[in-house]
Amino acid sequence: MVDSLALAVSVPLVGGLLATAIPKRAQALGLLASLVAVIAVAWVLVGVWQEGSLRSELGGWAAPLGIALVADGLSAALLAMAALVALGVGVYATGYFRRGDAAAHFWPLWLLLWAALNGLLLAADLFNIYVTLELLGLTAAALGALTGSVEAVSANLRYLLVGLLGSMTYLLGVALLYTAHGTLDLGLLAAVIQPGPVAASALVLMTAGLALKAALFPLHFWLPPAHANAPAPVSAALSALVVKAAFYLILRLWLDVFAPVVTPWAASLMGLLGAMAIIWGSWRALRSERLKLLAAYSTVAQIGYLCLFIPLLQALPPGSERDDLFVALVLMALTHGLAKAGLFLAAGLVQRDAGHDRIDDLGGTAQNMPATTFTIALAGTALIGLPPSGSFIGKWILMTSAIESGQWWWILVILVGTLLAAAYVFRVLSRAFNLEPTPRRFVTQARTEVPALLLALASVAVLGLAADSLWRLLGMGEGA
Amino acid sequence: MAQLLYGGAGVVLFALGLWAFLVYTPLLRKLIALNIMGSGVFHLLIAIAERGELPPDPVPHALVLTGIVVAVSATALALAMGRRLEEDEGGR
Amino acid sequence: MSLESLLPVSILLSSLLPGVFIFLVKEESHILRGVLNMAGALIKLLLVGVMIWGVYRGEVYETRLTLAPGLDLVLAADALSVLFVTLSTVLWLVTTIYAIGYLEHSPNRSRFFGFFSLCVSATVGIALAGNLLSFVIFYEILTLATYPLVAHRGTPDATRGAKIYLAYTMSGGVLLLVGAIWLQAITGPVDFTQGGYLGVLSEGLHGPLVAVFLLLLAGLGVKAAIVPLHGWLPQSMVAPAPVSALLHAVAVVKAGAFGILRVVYDVYGVGLADQLGLLTLLGILASTTIIYGSIRALSQDGLKKRLAYSTVSQVSYIALGASILGPIATIGGMVHLVHQGIMKITLFFCAGNYAETLGVHNVSQMDGVGRRMPLTTLAFSVGALGMIGIPPIAGFVTKWYLGLGAVEADAHWVLLVLAASSLLNAAYFLPILYRAWFRPEPDSWPKESLPQGRFETMGALLWPPLITAALCLIAGLFAAAPFSPLEWAELIARREYL
Repeated sequence: MVDSLALAVSVPLVGGLLATAIPKRAQALGLLASLVAVIAVAWVLVGVWQEGSLRSELGGWAAPLGIALVADGLSAALLAMAALVALGVGVYATGYFRRGDAAAHFWPLWLLLWAALNGLLLAADLFNIYVTLELLGLTAAALGALTGSVEAVSANLRYLLVGLLGSMTYLLGVALLYTAHGTLDLGLLAAVIQPGPVAASALVLMTAGLALKAALFPLHFWLPPAHANAPAPVSAALSALVVKAAFYLILRLWLDVFAPVVTPWAASLMGLLGAMAIIWGSWRALRSERLKLLAAYSTVAQIGYLCLFIPLLQALPPGSERDDLFVALVLMALTHGLAKAGLFLAAGLVQRDAGHDRIDDLGGTAQNMPATTFTIALAGTALIGLPPSGSFIGKWILMTSAIESGQWWWILVILVGTLLAAAYVFRVLSRAFNLEPTPRRFVTQARTEVPALLLALASVAVLGLAADSLWRLLGMGEGA
Repeated sequence: MAQLLYGGAGVVLFALGLWAFLVYTPLLRKLIALNIMGSGVFHLLIAIAERGELPPDPVPHALVLTGIVVAVSATALALAMGRRLEEDEGGR
Repeated sequence: MSLESLLPVSILLSSLLPGVFIFLVKEESHILRGVLNMAGALIKLLLVGVMIWGVYRGEVYETRLTLAPGLDLVLAADALSVLFVTLSTVLWLVTTIYAIGYLEHSPNRSRFFGFFSLCVSATVGIALAGNLLSFVIFYEILTLATYPLVAHRGTPDATRGAKIYLAYTMSGGVLLLVGAIWLQAITGPVDFTQGGYLGVLSEGLHGPLVAVFLLLLAGLGVKAAIVPLHGWLPQSMVAPAPVSALLHAVAVVKAGAFGILRVVYDVYGVGLADQLGLLTLLGILASTTIIYGSIRALSQDGLKKRLAYSTVSQVSYIALGASILGPIATIGGMVHLVHQGIMKITLFFCAGNYAETLGVHNVSQMDGVGRRMPLTTLAFSVGALGMIGIPPIAGFVTKWYLGLGAVEADAHWVLLVLAASSLLNAAYFLPILYRAWFRPEPDSWPKESLPQGRFETMGALLWPPLITAALCLIAGLFAAAPFSPLEWAELIARREYL
């Protein structure tokens, strides 16, 4: 029997290998692999929707020596988001890379990255997570440096080194856990783990390593230059997916595996770091001179929002309120993924049309490309958290929990963050209103503008209005 | 006892590597530091494979082998990127 | 889904879908754009007609979409929402005609009409919102949709005005959001209920409820331009005339005032609001705004600026009506929602005509415009006299009911406010009328763009103010007729004071 989980990882992997082997056909092969991979992910999604969770052992080898893949609602949701972004990025890339050799370099690395990401989301044990995490870091850094400019290479070299440091720290935590419990399987570990010095140090080490990769304040310093200097489709994938993958692991560890170990104090610390990330990231985004830098700093702030959920989740007892809050967290992560991908893709078009991406001088370009400006506006709506985007619902539930659990101070942070986000988004949008000539049509370059627009639109309209199905997918709420 | 010695040495190596990574700026030193950190973790993993009378636990061995492969490729990529930077700077 | 549950969402979509398509329309195909616009407006009018009849007979229309557990997007029709929906639908139709004429040959029309339609969709959403969450959603969308309209001209002035507008409305928006979330955390998800739904809560919650009210009022007060939150309104006068008309008479300002009505009547309930001392607070704020706006209007030479401060003053009549306990004052406030809309939109249309046709932007340039543009000036006079409260124009009905209600509730200070405000209204409108009708024409106009022909200006610019001026007269003369705004406001008041 063919296994949907294995396909979700192997299709992009095989596609990447083929694209390496036949560079002349890299683009066609890449697109084909992307389409098949999207179908495989859709298959996983349907399976999880019906069964609640899926598990498979590769080649029939049982753990601990074999490799197991597991999909639950959370991983399926992120898998689907990644597939949407990947499809958008893929189509966009066919219009974006005009030189053949750039496409030939892009596709193998990109498909490898996607395979690593899917592997990470489906991995059932800590060591497979390590391997996929490393693979993700390597491919991400290589892709980020694809333009070959000094800024891009040095920013991404730093990203690579920081990522390696994070992985090593994470691996040390894994070794500690194996010493204490003799297993690496996520489910088994969650069952046996006990609060104590070993578990606590493992948690600290693994979280520190992952926080470096997730660009959690104050370990975010590498992100803005690395993401801002990469080619647009790569920036989109880095900001929307790669950072999210590291955060996904933090979430898994804190909420599933280490749940008994996490103290309110530790959870509040995460919340505090998140709050600082929101304020600092938004402020720096507002002060950025360049559009892509603005988008990169906004990612720092958005990761902060996700961290804000942790102290509230920790404070709530298991029950429907906690479930709602958890789904809201996933909803915000998904919304940000789609919106940020759309924003970076649009920023890439603006940059190419204008020859630069200095916000203050964007006037003519912003007015010339209505569809692209519209994409920025839609993505901005989601980043600010205005209705009807998914992040509006996420923030609503987040603030409700903050009031109900008495931790009202987080609300102040959210308010300041929202207003700062509005300020930086509209700082860009206001450039679209000027005395330049009227554009003749809405869409000027369909192959690049439409994927960006659709991604941003999905973050606003689809995730906002159809959010309820996410509860069903994650097996929570009344539907479950 | 040997297990403790070996594992302890691993932790010390890790700490040394971390210190060197944070303190020194040159790319090569940072890379060596990262590899030393990696060796530290591998030491620790090998140490915990010992199970007294029983044959050693194969899982940590598999982990170390995979880990070494990953570390080598990461080092190679970092070196390639470093070289690219050096060429650019030389060309100016 | 039954037909009843589809009606509210169809009314919303009848402007939203054309709006989306208009963005995609090529700039030069103005016929297609006009057809889309007018088709949407007419279909909406038809659907609203069906809804008026249904609500009158007591039908229930509700569209419900679950966004998340406990968070429902509800579009529902009660008497109050129908009042506002009808107002915005009728005035949208008229304003669309006006805007097509006004913006002929100007740039970026696809963008303009696209956002214009979104703006009306958001307003209709606000009117039909069946709970506080839905209200907040459309309230924020309205902010987003109006920003491009204010910034439309793209001059440094326009972007600056838009920036100020955005700063005010976004800040107000987040306060409203927090208030709404806090309230929902207290009560759980509850739909708007005639007579309010907080009255049954226990005594211990009075502190939080007052705080929530202040947050909501701060959020709504920004759009309703309650002093001291009114600063954006005179600044956003840089927008094209149809936008000002829409902002002042239909969409933004009205959305704030409508929200205040919703919160007072259908969330708190007048009884509880009075018990908590909130009505007194609202009354003081409204009265201050009425007087302050009128005083500031006196000294403005720019015609649109003078009208803007007049809006600041007049919209607070709605809040004033809500702040006086008793059904008669309620009727006065509710009916003013409509009356202020039709009178103010007439004035803005006329101001736009003077600017477009003659280049007249200031009051001091208006000598003799009545002879050059008699029909426009006639419409302007009807609107201005109505604002002062001269019978039989609509504005008189409002002031009459507010005054009666104040006497009934023993709130005699309100009579003073009304008298002072009417005097001030007269003081800033009558000099304009005197200049327009009785001063001689100047030798030349600042920037005359149309030669004097059979009509004083283009038909598309002339008919809208004439229609709305006629509506002002009809609403006043036939106030007792069935389905007049006044009768409808009485229907609402009966249902609120069960």
